[in-house]
Amino acid sequence: MSAAEASTRRDSFGALETHLRARRESGAKLLVPYVTGGYQGWQRAVEAAAAAGADAIEIGVPFSDPVMDGPVIQQASTAALADGATPASVLEEARELDTGVPHAVMTYYNLCHHQGHERFASALLDAGVCAAILPDLPYVEAGPWLEAAAETGLEAILLAAPTTPEHRLADLCGASRGFVYAVGLLGVTGERTALARTATEIAARCLAVTDRPVLTGVGIGSPSQAIEACEVSDGVIIGSAVVRTLMSDGPEAVGELVASYRTALDHG
Amino acid sequence: MAAATDGPTPGSRSGIGEPAPGHRSVMGEPTTDGRFGEFGGRFVPETLVAACEELEAAFREAWADPEFVAEFETTLRDYGGRPSPLTECRNLSSQLGVRLLVKREDLNHTGSHKINNVIGQALLAQRMGKTRLVAETGAGQHGVATATAAALLGMECKVYMGAVDVDRQALNVFRMRLLGSEVESVQSGSRTLKDAVNEALRDWVATVENTHYCLGSVMGPHPYPWMVRTFHHILGDEAAAQCKDLTGGDPDVVVACVGGGSNAAGIFSGFADGDARLVGVEPAGGAAVGRGVPGVVHGMTSYLMQDEVGQVMEAESISAGLDYPGVGPEHAYLAAIGRAEYPSVTDDEVVEAFTLMSRAEGIIPALECAHALAWIVRAAPDMQGQTVLMNLSGRGDKDVDQMMDVLGMHGIVS
Repeated sequence: MSAAEASTRRDSFGALETHLRARRESGAKLLVPYVTGGYQGWQRAVEAAAAAGADAIEIGVPFSDPVMDGPVIQQASTAALADGATPASVLEEARELDTGVPHAVMTYYNLCHHQGHERFASALLDAGVCAAILPDLPYVEAGPWLEAAAETGLEAILLAAPTTPEHRLADLCGASRGFVYAVGLLGVTGERTALARTATEIAARCLAVTDRPVLTGVGIGSPSQAIEACEVSDGVIIGSAVVRTLMSDGPEAVGELVASYRTALDHG
Repeated sequence: MAAATDGPTPGSRSGIGEPAPGHRSVMGEPTTDGRFGEFGGRFVPETLVAACEELEAAFREAWADPEFVAEFETTLRDYGGRPSPLTECRNLSSQLGVRLLVKREDLNHTGSHKINNVIGQALLAQRMGKTRLVAETGAGQHGVATATAAALLGMECKVYMGAVDVDRQALNVFRMRLLGSEVESVQSGSRTLKDAVNEALRDWVATVENTHYCLGSVMGPHPYPWMVRTFHHILGDEAAAQCKDLTGGDPDVVVACVGGGSNAAGIFSGFADGDARLVGVEPAGGAAVGRGVPGVVHGMTSYLMQDEVGQVMEAESISAGLDYPGVGPEHAYLAAIGRAEYPSVTDDEVVEAFTLMSRAEGIIPALECAHALAWIVRAAPDMQGQTVLMNLSGRGDKDVDQMMDVLGMHGIVS
């Protein structure tokens, strides 16, 4: 690929972002559930979530040291690893999914670093995944990864946090692909009893500097909190609530849970 | 000081631990993006990037302030008991055929070198307006030191400790609680030091506004590896001056145990620009430099024990303080440029060295430091007549309960 072609590719939207922008323009609030790949029944949970109105699916590839995850997702990751889940096995299973919505992978940077940026990105694309979220690779360290992802055609999603300084936020949002992941609170993944004040603040700060879709994640624990977050944000990511449901009630219950969020976001 | 990207500059030391003008120190300041060669960096969740930047700025400003440095040094002297002595081990020397000198960090307040770093970080945290400390601990030495500093400075403190370590270091758990700290037993992952680090990071992600993460080794995101080594530089400086007084120069070999590598970094920093051979001894079950490949975890790029797809492996060592699958990035750099070597010893060799030092010198070493002695015992035939400086980084009192089981089983103590 020539530099000019690479540049053109960088400036055009990938499959995930194209889809999310279209949904946003249609007036919808975006809903992206997270499911831990490799956990028993995870494929059926993904299909149920998509059928219940998810706009995209985030697939977790379990890592030994999930430093950004709270107890629920840690527990699911540990169980999936104990069942023998590997990046290759999760991607192989992801390839079999036919949900009709884009898939993004969420995992930790060492798995990408170990395989090599380009091989990692290619492996995701081969599995029908169009984007990746690496929560322990901050924007200040992401340069080589962003470069490799752009060359390969994978959308590299970046996270913005309540503590991200103003001078970095516009560059970060500009460099993200797919959407901007606005971390709703100071803390790790997990449901909270109330939506943090920071959730709407960080979404508003991002939306002030980018026209890219901004989705709020971390700490969304109920449909009413999702509605509250979406008063500012373009959409929400729900992780621990989904995984908790998968672990306690199985994949079909995930469909019901996602449907309850969908209904809430569509009809308030 | 410029970034240390060149090889060693032998014999260039003018002052202790500082290179001559025009020479770059092998253990100098990392690059602006926190690299020692290709190692280091700041691989933390976005939430913590600003906190690391704030910490770096505060550390630079404080370390350039003579009042802060004076308070640090005075506290280490009047409260911590510095300088620690250098002991010539005559019995072991004649037994091994080397001249064995040990730097007595075991005699510091709280029983190890860890107090140097903790006093530095706690004073810095207080200067930054933080009211709470969190820390990870393996053997409990860093946890006890942090709990101590928190008590001294009137700060709140929570220490994360793997459940496996809580069991084998019950005495230190009690010490921390006695000092007023909360100790949380970490049940995730391998339930040892690496998981305690994860849990401390998770706490810090949520509490970064009022909390300082008092990291206990030369690891983690920039500026920790550099800052922690700088706070331990004092022990390397002292050792270099004491060796010079005693022997007229540098030792031939400098030996320290390496888990994350803070005590080794401290003592190496006193000699890195000289000619002494630098040896960091890893446990066989946690040999990050020996068996690891470059990887990224806990905020840094360094050598890391990982499986074929990149999952971090669980270290296994008799010593809770060295039970860590990674290593500080500056050690990875020193290994990569060939300035330091990182052999490993087995648990059996460590148990023998633990007993040997107790009986030959009347010094019960921490199991961590027994690794350094175990390597000296093994390598002594090739070092006959040489002066060997070992960092005795901690005392073994914390280990006697565990060793009663081990030695009782092995029938060594009757």
